[in-house]
Amino acid sequence: MSAVEELQPEHELLTINFGPHHPATHGVLRVMVTLEGEVVRDLKPIVGYLHTGIEKNCEDKSYWKVIPFVERMDYVSFFFQMQAFCGAVERLLDMEIPDRAKYLRVIHLELNRLHSHLVWLGTSALDVGAMSVLFYCFRERDKVLDLFEMSSGQRMHTRYFQVGGVIEDIPVGWARRVREFCAEMPTRIDQYEAILDRNEIFLNRTRNVGVVPRERLLELGVTGPLLRAAGEPWDLRKASPCLSYADFDFKVPIGTVGDGYDRYRVRLAEMRESVRIIEQAIEGLPDGPHILDDRKYVLPPRDELSTSMEALIHHFKLVTEGFRVPPGETYHSIEGPRGELGCFVVADGSAKPARVHFRDSSFVNLQALREMSVGGYVADMIQNLAMLDPILGGVDR
Amino acid sequence: MPDAPGLELIAQELNATIDGAVLDTYFEHEQAALVVSPDRILDTLRWLRDTPGQEYHFLSSLHAADYLPGEPRFGVHYELLCMPRVERLRVKAALPDPGGEELPELDSCVKLFPTAEFQEREAYDLFGIAFRGHPDLRRILMPEDYVGWPQRRDFPMGGEPVLYTHNEVEMPRWWE
Amino acid sequence: MAQGCAGLEVRREKLRGGRRPEGAPSGRSPRAPLDEPATPEEFRARQLRARDLLRGDLEGRELERHVEEAVVATRFERALGWARANSVFPLTFGLACCAIEMISLVTPRYDIARFGAENMRASPRQADLLILSGRVSIKMAPVVRRIYDQMLEPKWAIAMGACSSSGGMFANYAVVQGADKFMPVDVHVPGCPPRPEALISGFNKLQRKIQGNPDPGWRQRYNAIGTEEWARGGATEPTQEERDAYTAARELTREGSSSPGSDGA
Repeated sequence: MSAVEELQPEHELLTINFGPHHPATHGVLRVMVTLEGEVVRDLKPIVGYLHTGIEKNCEDKSYWKVIPFVERMDYVSFFFQMQAFCGAVERLLDMEIPDRAKYLRVIHLELNRLHSHLVWLGTSALDVGAMSVLFYCFRERDKVLDLFEMSSGQRMHTRYFQVGGVIEDIPVGWARRVREFCAEMPTRIDQYEAILDRNEIFLNRTRNVGVVPRERLLELGVTGPLLRAAGEPWDLRKASPCLSYADFDFKVPIGTVGDGYDRYRVRLAEMRESVRIIEQAIEGLPDGPHILDDRKYVLPPRDELSTSMEALIHHFKLVTEGFRVPPGETYHSIEGPRGELGCFVVADGSAKPARVHFRDSSFVNLQALREMSVGGYVADMIQNLAMLDPILGGVDR
Repeated sequence: MPDAPGLELIAQELNATIDGAVLDTYFEHEQAALVVSPDRILDTLRWLRDTPGQEYHFLSSLHAADYLPGEPRFGVHYELLCMPRVERLRVKAALPDPGGEELPELDSCVKLFPTAEFQEREAYDLFGIAFRGHPDLRRILMPEDYVGWPQRRDFPMGGEPVLYTHNEVEMPRWWE
Repeated sequence: MAQGCAGLEVRREKLRGGRRPEGAPSGRSPRAPLDEPATPEEFRARQLRARDLLRGDLEGRELERHVEEAVVATRFERALGWARANSVFPLTFGLACCAIEMISLVTPRYDIARFGAENMRASPRQADLLILSGRVSIKMAPVVRRIYDQMLEPKWAIAMGACSSSGGMFANYAVVQGADKFMPVDVHVPGCPPRPEALISGFNKLQRKIQGNPDPGWRQRYNAIGTEEWARGGATEPTQEERDAYTAARELTREGSSSPGSDGA
C-alpha cells in the first residue's frame, strides 16, 4: 500500500477505538482508526496497557533473579529473553559456556520458536476465521510444553537458562521424547498447510494485503519473518551466529511479495526448519557439563553442599548477594521468533545490574502497522495485525 | 564489529569531518562504541549512515541509560548495524542533566531513521529526555497524565510490602 | 405410621458430623448448604408444615410462607445456582502470559467445555465471568474496572495467576498490587502461570460458590483458627461477630474430627 495520503476536510471520517479489550487485538493493544466507510485512512497504535516496569525492577535484583523477570516480557518466547540476557551477561563476564549447554540452549530455543509460531498460527487463523486451526496448533503446543515441563519442571517461564549454561541437565528419556516429537511434527505442519495453504477464503484475505516495500521496512527497523517475507535475507542465526547455530544446516525461508500470505508461508517454513535444527542438535548433543564449573558465578551442585564447606560458602554468597560483574556495558542480540531481540546491560561492578533494556522486536515492528493498513479495509487491518504477530508483553515490557 | 584499530579510524575521520564530534572511544567485549557530544549527534549519525564505506543503514535500537551518580548523567545509545558487512557500532550521546525542572534535550533522528519514532518516545516517557524535532513526542508506555520519569535512578521503585498475618490488620484492603 | 398411631413420632437424626453446639448461629458442618435448618426445633417445625402441605391443610399465609421457605428459597434457588454454575459464559479477557494458558483451557486437552464454560463471549454485556489473566498495569486498571462494571449481574471474577491476585513478582510503580484493590474478586488462583488444571480447580471452586456452597476460608481449611492477631495476643481487639465466629469455630475444631479438610478441591 502507498504512503499515507493527505486527509482532506471534506472526507467523512469516523474515528473509532479498537481495544484495549478486543477479541482480535493480540493482547491489550489499543488502535485508534480513522475510517472513511470501510477504508482505513489513518491509524494510531496506543500501547502501554501492559507496562510492567520490568526493566526498572531488574535494577533491584541480583543477576540471576533478573532471569525470571525478563522471561515474562515477551511471554510466548520466554527462552529467547533468557538467552538475550544470559548472553549479554556472559559477554560482560567473558564467559564461554560448555558445548553441551550450547546445544541444550539451541534445542530449547528452537522448541520455543515452534511454540511461538504455533500460538501465532492458532490465534491468527482464529482472527481470519479458521477456528479449527486453533485446536490443532494448541494440541502441538501442549506437546512442546510437555517437553519443557520434563526438562525444567514448569510449562512456561521455566528459568532454565542461567548465566554459565543451563540450570539442570536433561532427564533420561527426554532425548527420546524430543525425537518422537520431531518425527511427528512435519506431518502436523503438513496438516496445517492442508487446511490453510490453498483455502480460497484464506487466500482472498491474505493475498496482496498489507504489502510494504522492503526498503521501507528496513527504515522502520522491522526484522524477523516480516522482513524475510518481503524478500530481505536477514537472519541473525546465519549472520552472526551465537551458541552453536553455526554447526547446524538449516535454510532461512524468504518470501517475495511481502503480503500476509508470504508471512504465513515464511513462518510455516521456519517451523519446519526449526524441527530440522532440533533433530540435528539432539543427534549431535555432546557430552560434558551442562553449566560452567566456575563457583564464583555458578551454583555448586547440591550434593557437594553437605560435604564441602567451600561449596556451602559459595552457594551462600551466590544466593544471598549474587555474583558481581565488572563495570561495562554490552548489547547482545539474537534472532527471536518476531525479529531481533536485543538486550542491553550496564554493569557497575555490584551484584545488581545498573540498567537492563530490551530491544523488543514487537515494539519496533508495531510501527509498520500503519504503513501496512492505511488504504486498506478495516478487516484487512485485523489481518495485518495478526500477521504482524505482536506480543504486547514485549511491546510494553 | 569494527575492530579496535577500525574504531580509531572511524573516530579520526569523524573528528576530521565534524568538528568536536567524538569525545571518546571504547572497545570492550568485542564491541565498538563512540562517545559523541550531544549537539553533534545528528551529523554523526548522518555521516555514519551515508558515507560510502560506513553505511550503517539500520538502527537496531535507541535506548537511554541513567548513569547516576556518574557524570554526564544520561547516555542515549544508538545501536547501528551495517547489514552487508554485519558490523555493529554503538554511538553514545552523553547528556548532562540540566537539573531542576528542565529536561535534557537532544536532536531527534526520526528523519534519518524512522524506526526511532517509538523508541524516542519511550526514552522520553521513561527518562524525560526531550527530543527536538520529534513529530509526536508524548508518553507511550505510562498513562498520558503520569507525572515523573519512572526509569530514572532516583525514582522510587513503588509497590507495597507483602501481606502476612502479622501485618494484615494494618494493610488497607480494597473495601477500606 | 405417624398418621395412624397417635403417640408415635418420627424423628430424624443427623448422621453427618454428629455434635453441633446448640444455638450457635454458624454451627453447621462446612459441607452443608446454607439453607439447612440450624436447630432440631426448626427442623421439626418444617417437617410439620410439610406434612400439612401434603395433607392439604396449609392455607393462606402459612401456605405462602411454607412455599417460600421450603420450595422457593431452597429448591428453586438451588436449581438456579446449579443452572448458573454449569453455564458460565467467560469473557475473553487475556492480559498477559496467563492468557495463553487460558486459551489452552478451551482446547480439548484441558477442556473447560465439560463444565459448561466453553462459550467465551467477547462482549462484557453477554458474559458472566471475568477471568483476569495477567498483570494489571496502572494504565489498564480503569479499563478493567469499566469492563467489570459493564457486565450484568450476576457476575463473578477469577483472579488468575499471582499477578492479578497480588501483583505477583512485580512490586513496582507500574503494576496494581492485586486486582482486588479496585474490583471484587471471587476466586484467586495462584501460579505463575497457573497450569490449566489449576485454573479448572479454581473454576470448580467458583462453581461451588455460585451454588451457595462456598468452600471454607483458609483459616478453617488449614485448621489455623487462632492465627488472627487478636487471638495471638496482638494489639487489636476482635469485634463481637468475630468473637462469636471464633468461639464456634474453635468448638468445631476442638473435638478433633470433622476437621474441614479436603473436600475434593
